[in-house]
Amino acid sequence: MWFDRLVQGALDTLLMVGVSSLIALLVGIPLAVFLVTSDKGGIFQAPALNRALGAFVNLFRSIPFLILMVALIPFTRLIVGTTYGVWAAVVPLTIAATPFFARIAEVSLREVDHGLIEAAQAMGCRRWHIIWHVLLPEALPGIVGGFTITLVTMINSSAMAGAIGAGGLGDIAYRYGYQRFDTQIMLTVIVLLVALVVLIQVSGDRLARVLNKR
Amino acid sequence: MTVAHAHLRDLGLPPRDAEQTELHPHLNRAHVRFINLGKTYDGSVHALQGIDLAIQRGEVFGIIGRSGAGKSSLIRTINRLEQPSSGRVLIDQVDIGDFDEDHLVALRRRIGMIFQHFNLMSAKTVWQNVELPLKVAGVPKLQREQKVRELLELVGLKDKHQAYPAQLSGGQKQRVGIARALVHDPQILLCDEATSALDPETTQSILGLLREINRRLGLTIVLITHEMAVIREICDRVVVLEHGRIVEQGPVWQVFGDPQHEVSKTLLAPLQQGLPPELQARLQDQPTSAEAAVVLRVQFTGSAADEPDLAALFSALGGRVRLLHGGVERIQGHALGQLLLAVSGSAHGADALRQRAGRFAQQVEVLGYVV
Repeated sequence: MWFDRLVQGALDTLLMVGVSSLIALLVGIPLAVFLVTSDKGGIFQAPALNRALGAFVNLFRSIPFLILMVALIPFTRLIVGTTYGVWAAVVPLTIAATPFFARIAEVSLREVDHGLIEAAQAMGCRRWHIIWHVLLPEALPGIVGGFTITLVTMINSSAMAGAIGAGGLGDIAYRYGYQRFDTQIMLTVIVLLVALVVLIQVSGDRLARVLNKR
Repeated sequence: MTVAHAHLRDLGLPPRDAEQTELHPHLNRAHVRFINLGKTYDGSVHALQGIDLAIQRGEVFGIIGRSGAGKSSLIRTINRLEQPSSGRVLIDQVDIGDFDEDHLVALRRRIGMIFQHFNLMSAKTVWQNVELPLKVAGVPKLQREQKVRELLELVGLKDKHQAYPAQLSGGQKQRVGIARALVHDPQILLCDEATSALDPETTQSILGLLREINRRLGLTIVLITHEMAVIREICDRVVVLEHGRIVEQGPVWQVFGDPQHEVSKTLLAPLQQGLPPELQARLQDQPTSAEAAVVLRVQFTGSAADEPDLAALFSALGGRVRLLHGGVERIQGHALGQLLLAVSGSAHGADALRQRAGRFAQQVEVLGYVV
């Protein structure tokens, strides 16, 4: 019985974290590329737009997740039609994860040596060639590392999503472990979470290392 | 129709500045021309001022200067990595000033560039690095393979094609850079301090490769450097930049043999044979005794039939002439010589000696006196 509940919780956590992180990856990378290339001196220079978007990203980055989640309830209802359950948690998780990951990816993109961009221009690359053939491949190890951090952070945040009945491992640990003093379940959940985080971190680090040819 | 216009027509671009060619027929052959070029940063820092220069097709042209002299800005105006603030840059008589992105991309494929820090993509193999310019130009795979193989062979790296840049030595990295720069069969190669990060031996081998490329492919090489040795090794002509202005220019043998500007002299100093330290220690500003010998530095830039007649020189000086130090080196077929002479017991004073020696040499200097 409680075993089934744990399996269900683990699947819910993976679903929440997986979906929100995947969207964060797909939206965050273009966002990061835009933040870098539209900056002053960038290849798609647009300082005003850059500042506006930067401020927007900072806004979402500065709100604590628990508060963001509550504040977003009307928006969530608009998007998924409910404010309860796994999919309702995906909305605030995604909105928290995207700017978080975009900022980390931005740092990696900024670290790409300006000389490489200059060399690419000198060899006759168009601007989108530079993004595709230079910026992204050169920043990839850092971006993978950043995505690993994002996944781990989202596992952390998804536990809080239990508060709005999202389910998941965090929810189980809270209800059974904290509210019912069932230490065994709580410890099992902790072990599961630790295993999950270690697995993600180790595979992320390994992938980043393989990709890094520097 | 000029070659340049034929090229632009191949690219589907309209010819420009036809009237420029008509007006200055003597500059028709100039491959790269700067006309009153200026570059200003932040409205007040003058990186380049009033640069007028013509670089001929097929020559190796050196730009030298101290750091901050504007070399880097100047070379980058040729492929418009740097946008001039005033004046014009003509390539094959075509003003590149108002090129849009399409024109610039086409232009840059005709101009290769190599860099001090090589600027190779760390995430790409040697092969992929050399292939990249072709790939972005949409060249079909088979042609790409053929071209990359050919160039890796030219630079002597065909067995390294699967290596990543981090696994290569500095000299090998620069060879990859050269292969990458040549992959579009450019007509101009820009070298931005290409050997400054290399040890002397590797520098020699890279310069040798550049020379060979210049001869075999007939391409124009423009290089900037702060090392006179590099200029001496491969350049035909040189300009000396200081504070964004040209202070001296000419064939390399001339600038080396008889530098006019202070900056040129300073840059040349490390190459010149100085006084042997033992002699330097004995040298005095004033004659301390009647027997003190005058030390003269005699320099000559001999063209073919112009090597100095030593017997005539010595007899003009009179007294006892001792040879303290001397040497001749040849640059571009011109002999550049330097003699250090100690003259004692002559009837002439130091000043008169200097003038008399001046009849046989381009430059004579009184360094001091030795006992």
